[in-house]
Amino acid sequence: MPEAKLADKPATAGGAEVLSVKDLQAWYGESHILHGINFNVKAGEVVTLLGRNGAGKTTTLKSVMGIIGKRTGSIRFDNEEIIRASSDRIARKGIAFCPEERGIFSSLDVRENLLLPPVVRSGGLSLEQIFTLFPNLKERLSSQGTKLSGGEQQMLAIARILRTGARFLMLDEPTEGLAPVIIQQIGHTIARLKSEGFTILLVEQNFRFASTVADRYYIVEHGKVIDGFANSELSANMDKLHTYLGV
Amino acid sequence: MQALYAQLLVGLINGSFYALLSLGLAVIFGMLNIINFAHGALYMMGAFAAYFLLNLGGIGYWPALIIAPIVVGIFGMILERTMLQWLAGLDHLYGLLLTFGIALIVQGVFQNYFGSSGLPYAIPDQLKGGMNLGFMFLPIYRGWVVVFSLVVCLATWFLIEKTQLGAYLRAATENPTLVRAFGINVPRMITLTYGLGVGLAALAGVLSAPINQVRPLMGADLIIVVFAVVVIGGMGSIMGSIITGFALGVIEGLTKYFYPEASNTVVFVLMVLVLLVKPTGLTGRAA
Repeated sequence: MPEAKLADKPATAGGAEVLSVKDLQAWYGESHILHGINFNVKAGEVVTLLGRNGAGKTTTLKSVMGIIGKRTGSIRFDNEEIIRASSDRIARKGIAFCPEERGIFSSLDVRENLLLPPVVRSGGLSLEQIFTLFPNLKERLSSQGTKLSGGEQQMLAIARILRTGARFLMLDEPTEGLAPVIIQQIGHTIARLKSEGFTILLVEQNFRFASTVADRYYIVEHGKVIDGFANSELSANMDKLHTYLGV
Repeated sequence: MQALYAQLLVGLINGSFYALLSLGLAVIFGMLNIINFAHGALYMMGAFAAYFLLNLGGIGYWPALIIAPIVVGIFGMILERTMLQWLAGLDHLYGLLLTFGIALIVQGVFQNYFGSSGLPYAIPDQLKGGMNLGFMFLPIYRGWVVVFSLVVCLATWFLIEKTQLGAYLRAATENPTLVRAFGINVPRMITLTYGLGVGLAALAGVLSAPINQVRPLMGADLIIVVFAVVVIGGMGSIMGSIITGFALGVIEGLTKYFYPEASNTVVFVLMVLVLLVKPTGLTGRAA
């Protein structure tokens, strides 16, 4: 399937294009990781990047966030080119990132971790709303950040970026290594955020989980987007998907 | 007994300088990962700044207490922007060599113009004289240095451990990339942190000017002991460097009373013992 067409796939939700990535290439030192990534995300959508380990999904998110040293191509966010911007400027434009390793700070307690990302615009969730979504966090506010369980750390990592007012969230494997009941809770959270108008770009290995929340999928392989389809086309694409992911 | 108290006071005074200097070193090491060998030279510059302010500008001790740390702090931030920032991510040795070189150059320049002897700096009128505490005579200026240093140290600790700005600093020490991806200008914060650490050194220099005179090598003599303090306390620990600074000053003072021959080496003996038992320092975390 020609890559250029992927961007024209009809969105099931949303309207205006929020993020548009064209011919994105990226390098870690000498290694060329991304070889021309093309995809877009529309306002209010949950879009999932699927693919095997090492395909370039995380690197794609990091490139959008501006934390990969060398990157070329085009990344447009809210109709503004951001491929040259530094990551603090990108964050200030309203993109929030929840890294795969969660990035909870051990020298900060839970409250400090939660309050760490600065508010970049109005419209973020209040602490009250965050505690409604994640009641566990409220009871552990004065614990050291890294003393939380894996699931609680993941919730903290998501919760802290909801305060900032960023409406575009990038979540890198939020279910990795978590118990099914926690995964379910994170699924509910993502659905809830979507219903409140957040736009979410998700990276997942767990296809079963992704299928419960995503509007559209892109398949990443060897640093390229090789396919893409909407959730409504899922059953028609199941065979292909099994081949791509090898599941 | 009088002599013991006098040595304890001297120990507390020295401890104040150790604490202010090792605190600055700890803050800088935590954030920049640089062992700032220029710290002694910057301490000396603080004292000279106070001297220049008084003798060239007629500006006295109290304004100098604020102006000198700011001026020297700005000098430090220029060093960071133009030189130190390029060492990020390299081995500690490069930062150590560069700052050691800076120290030699700065001290050399001052020695060229002012020789090695001390320049006098008078105790401000308000702090002249002393008090009889009953068990000993306390020169007011010395008491002031101890109390003021303690306040500054605790304020710095509060800033770093208990405020939002401090949370940014601590987080950026752990993971600067992620903190920057939250929208915080980390490079600017690093520059300001270096300025803060340098400002603390300069402040110690101003405080010491009336006690130790103003000399180009005043920092070079002190910095070796301060590094021993930092090693004992643990690199990068804020409270550790404060407590160790004061404690070692007192231990040194006690040694002067009980066994004067060892007073110059006691800190280094302790350093060796700590390194043997707990290489990360008393309060340090493993790197």
